[in-house]
Amino acid sequence: MRLSKSSTSPFRLSLGAKLISYLILLFWTFIVLFPLYWLLVTSFKLPIDVSQGPKYVPTVDFQPSLHAWIDMLNPSDSANIFWRPYFTTIGVGVISAVLSLVIGAGAAYALTRFEYRPKPALIFIFFLCGVGAALMIALGVPWLVAVAVGVVVYFLLAQGIGWRFKGTMNNSDIAFWLISQRILPPVTVIIPIYILFQQLGMLDTPQALIISYCATNLPIVIWFMRDYFQTIPIELEESAFIDGASRFQVFHRIVLPLAVPGLVATFLIVLVFSWNEYTMALFLSGSRTQTMPLLVSAQNATRGPQWWNISVLVLLMVTPLIFMAVLLERYIAKGLLIGAVKG
Amino acid sequence: METLERDVPLSKTASERQIRKQVRGSRHDNTARFVFLLPTVLIILFLSIFPLVSSLLLSLTRVNFVRGGLDIKFIGLANYEKLLLGSGQRHFIGSLQAPSLFGGLCWLVVSGLMIFWFMRYVQSTGRSITGAFFHLLATILTIGMFWIVVATLGEKGVPGTFVVTLIFVFVGVFFQYIIGLGLALLLVQDLPGRRFFRVIFLLPMTITPVGIGFLFRMMTNTSVGPFAPIWVGLGLRDFSWAETGSGARTAVLIGDIWQWIPFMFIVLLAALEGVAHEQVEAARVDGANRLQLFQHIIVPQIAPVSMTVILIRLIEAFKIIDMPRLLTGGGPGTATESMALHAYNEWRSPNLGGSAALSYLLLFVVTFVAIMFVNIVRQRIGEHL
Repeated sequence: MRLSKSSTSPFRLSLGAKLISYLILLFWTFIVLFPLYWLLVTSFKLPIDVSQGPKYVPTVDFQPSLHAWIDMLNPSDSANIFWRPYFTTIGVGVISAVLSLVIGAGAAYALTRFEYRPKPALIFIFFLCGVGAALMIALGVPWLVAVAVGVVVYFLLAQGIGWRFKGTMNNSDIAFWLISQRILPPVTVIIPIYILFQQLGMLDTPQALIISYCATNLPIVIWFMRDYFQTIPIELEESAFIDGASRFQVFHRIVLPLAVPGLVATFLIVLVFSWNEYTMALFLSGSRTQTMPLLVSAQNATRGPQWWNISVLVLLMVTPLIFMAVLLERYIAKGLLIGAVKG
Repeated sequence: METLERDVPLSKTASERQIRKQVRGSRHDNTARFVFLLPTVLIILFLSIFPLVSSLLLSLTRVNFVRGGLDIKFIGLANYEKLLLGSGQRHFIGSLQAPSLFGGLCWLVVSGLMIFWFMRYVQSTGRSITGAFFHLLATILTIGMFWIVVATLGEKGVPGTFVVTLIFVFVGVFFQYIIGLGLALLLVQDLPGRRFFRVIFLLPMTITPVGIGFLFRMMTNTSVGPFAPIWVGLGLRDFSWAETGSGARTAVLIGDIWQWIPFMFIVLLAALEGVAHEQVEAARVDGANRLQLFQHIIVPQIAPVSMTVILIRLIEAFKIIDMPRLLTGGGPGTATESMALHAYNEWRSPNLGGSAALSYLLLFVVTFVAIMFVNIVRQRIGEHL
């Protein structure tokens, strides 16, 4: 980055080319900013200002009104629809992003530093036991008993017949398997997840959303962080081991601080995904855990879309993200690039 | 940190070797091995694999809501049959008619290419029976799917949700890549104010697709939208995007492209900034012009990154649901209904089995396209560079 910025940049320009470049860039800036500007002016419009045709400039074309902002933001209004979904979205988004980052970074680190030789057959047996336990729960067995039975049966089978299976997977198989989960469209898995949470009595709880988002975001975290950890030199860890540090201390004190740029970029991407997620929220959340995308889409009322409310909501929703994107734009590019180079 | 990205390619092999050494030395930390990986595996097993299998089972059943629970009846492949051949065919695949001349020619070209690809594999040295089988399967499926596309997009044909999804995915990703690359090429230049443009161009990605759906509904409104004077000037005052299928699809595509250009842009910009400057300088000294420079130096170096971002976007684009649901409601008719939206509507109707079957078909199409992309495009690119 430093190179291309300095005068040694290979992409030098004549004055004419510079002018054309700026014209195109300004044109695109208009394409990006004009819809956002339209959101902003619409948020100050009364219904009549929207329906009467395009009005562009507040105070010139129409008298700006704060009615939509007051409707949304007034905390003393008992019918206020905004704050609860807003905090739900922030909570669910941040917690699920942090959770998937913690879990995924651990897995990514493990996949670059340890050697695994799991047997697919054992995984299959484990999975069958899991399904069995889930079925028992569905049939009314207390979940603690069901899980215990599942675990016991798994260990019996693993000890009893596990040695018969010879086929093993290696680290890149595991990584590929985990990352390929990103292909799954949410609609493909959402009905069973819905039934699962229904059986567990967890529909319309923040936990259900957090866990689901965590599952959909884990592949991305593993993808990016695995490549990132591979770029961190291992000598530092080795010297810490010689000094008697444990694996967890090394991970926590040495590896994670070095991986901060990657972690920040991944966090932002994952946060944007769960912040804006719509499909799973549509199924899993109800009135208590309505998220912002659902609230926005709910403004499409029987009287037609409430454009002023939609504008306010979208602006409020996007402000924290824009703020973070501006602050951390460099990290985003870098984190995405590292993920993309390795593929 | 600035030095990091330039060091990455050099140190990679060295660090991988060291990792392997380290791995051998650390067989003993058994607890750490499992504590680090187990949560991920458990979450993926229970929230991806378990639903995946149950969904497959569900797609083979008919589910009725009865008092106190669900009544599940096994009906075999009837859900799939209905979508592919039966009463759901018109909705899912569309109405197949004779393709237009141009469509037919395209289909012939694609078929020829696929058959050529298959024949080349059969004559290659590394062939095997299973390989030939999968290549044949891929060839037949591609030709068949492309036939559906051209046949439903002919004059009398009506595209179903399958074709609509393919249009959204391929047209959308194509424009996202081209425009994203163009902007990245502009901004890799030595221009004052680059950082300002970079941040601005990033913004659409952060807006929720639901919001963008509404936003572009305002934008494309021809009587009260911001561009109404232009429409009136063109004599299109009563024209409405939402009334014609292709108009509504264009509106959805514009919104989708607007949102996802930043993703392509930012990754490609980072890749362009990593292009080896010595090579560019050397080529320039040798008298290469702009086009030659782009074609022979820049394209080869950003090709791997390009393939990956396109793959990511292809996969993500198949999930499109919020934009058409909010922008057009899937209409007119089913003109903008994506497969994900179709599955959601089936679930609402409620037809759980049909919805599961549909989402499985979606999964099949995504996986097929992703595999074909990786195997054909990436391989080809790798061979030529």
